[in-house]
Amino acid sequence: MADLHLPGTLTPLFPGLPRRLDLEAATVGGAIDELERRWPGLFDRLCEPGPTLRTHIHVYVDRERASLATPLEARSRVDVIAAISGG
Amino acid sequence: MPKTLLLVGTRKGAFLLESDADRRDWTVRGPYCEAWPVYHAVHDAVTGTIYAAAASEWHGSAIWRSSDLGETWAMSSEGISYGEDSPRKVSKVSTLAARNGRVLAGVEAPGIFESKDGGETFSLLTTLAGQPGSEAWDDPANQPPGHLGISAIALDKENDSRFWAIVQGVGLFETTDDATSWTPRNRGLRADWPRPHEEVGFCVHKVVRSDDKRLYQQNHVGMHRSDDDGHTWTEITEGLPTEFGFAAAAHPHDRDTFYVVPLAPLHGRTMPDGKATVWQTKDAGSSWKPLRKGLPQENANLGVLREAMAIDTYDVPGLYFGTSTGQLFASNDEGGSWSEIASYLPPISSVEVAILD
Repeated sequence: MADLHLPGTLTPLFPGLPRRLDLEAATVGGAIDELERRWPGLFDRLCEPGPTLRTHIHVYVDRERASLATPLEARSRVDVIAAISGG
Repeated sequence: MPKTLLLVGTRKGAFLLESDADRRDWTVRGPYCEAWPVYHAVHDAVTGTIYAAAASEWHGSAIWRSSDLGETWAMSSEGISYGEDSPRKVSKVSTLAARNGRVLAGVEAPGIFESKDGGETFSLLTTLAGQPGSEAWDDPANQPPGHLGISAIALDKENDSRFWAIVQGVGLFETTDDATSWTPRNRGLRADWPRPHEEVGFCVHKVVRSDDKRLYQQNHVGMHRSDDDGHTWTEITEGLPTEFGFAAAAHPHDRDTFYVVPLAPLHGRTMPDGKATVWQTKDAGSSWKPLRKGLPQENANLGVLREAMAIDTYDVPGLYFGTSTGQLFASNDEGGSWSEIASYLPPISSVEVAILD
């Protein structure tokens, strides 16, 4: 099970979505697909057509910058970050 | 007694202001939409639903909706995409129009999506394919952000199949068959730059419907009036302090009365000489009168964006405008006098008004 950490900007958009949860997935993209299955519409908040991660959404797997294709290990920590923007 | 509702889109969410029919005292609620930048918020008079076009820098574009006057909100972007394989990208939803349960959403790159289920899902209605100038907005190298979009949609007051769409920097287009076909409506407009096509290449900022046959327009270079449904335009700038501006409003009961907010052109784009002024014509543009009573007249370097002025439909209409520095001004006497009804909102993108019975 990957240990998934989500940004605080995401949780108010989807009732019941926690900041942290365990997910079974082979890749980052697979983890986001599983989130979409449980909270429809969530995929569009993290990804754009391609599909690819949105410009200001950064994902790290065990502290390394990741893409949708990055594989996940059984105990991977996945951090989804709303990167520098706003103001 | 009816309630007056102002819908204000800002860089940090949507706000709602309420008053009675006197429109003197206002309460402010917000921010809504999780404080996402809101470009345009509108109200569907038939269903009572509020829609807000928003674009988060992190989470992309979506359209928020509330069916209980802002108490609860949901959002969706389902279907607002040109598809995985298309070179065209949607960077944001720029503008909305809602009536009779149908929502039209104008986006960048230019296209209009529609929802027939109250904003839960959307589908592509049109890209104005084949129109002169469309080769520029279809070019993958010209995809947004920073390129062309549908900046405004103007509905016909009677016919749901007829509406006008502005393509930013290209011009005005009309459909009379619900977006199956389009016709450029720019004849007589001025452009101070080279244009590759006879029918397009105009910088239309705002178009408002006055009554059957008459339209008014604030252009990058001048105010214009059409008395034949937009088929031809006549410039009516003379008498105004500048030819540039964004916002415009047509009187709901007098076809000859029209309001604009001229701004200094070039980089400034604020009210000339630091004097906050709305300009009114009561003779279809033959002459203009400044409306200043109650508005700040010293060091008021205020900008007003395209959708940031509205007029209500009471017998004596109220006028409203919001500034790009967060002040909201209202008049309950057709612009004769003004008061500042909110002072510290985030930068204001849009102001719309609804009367609730």
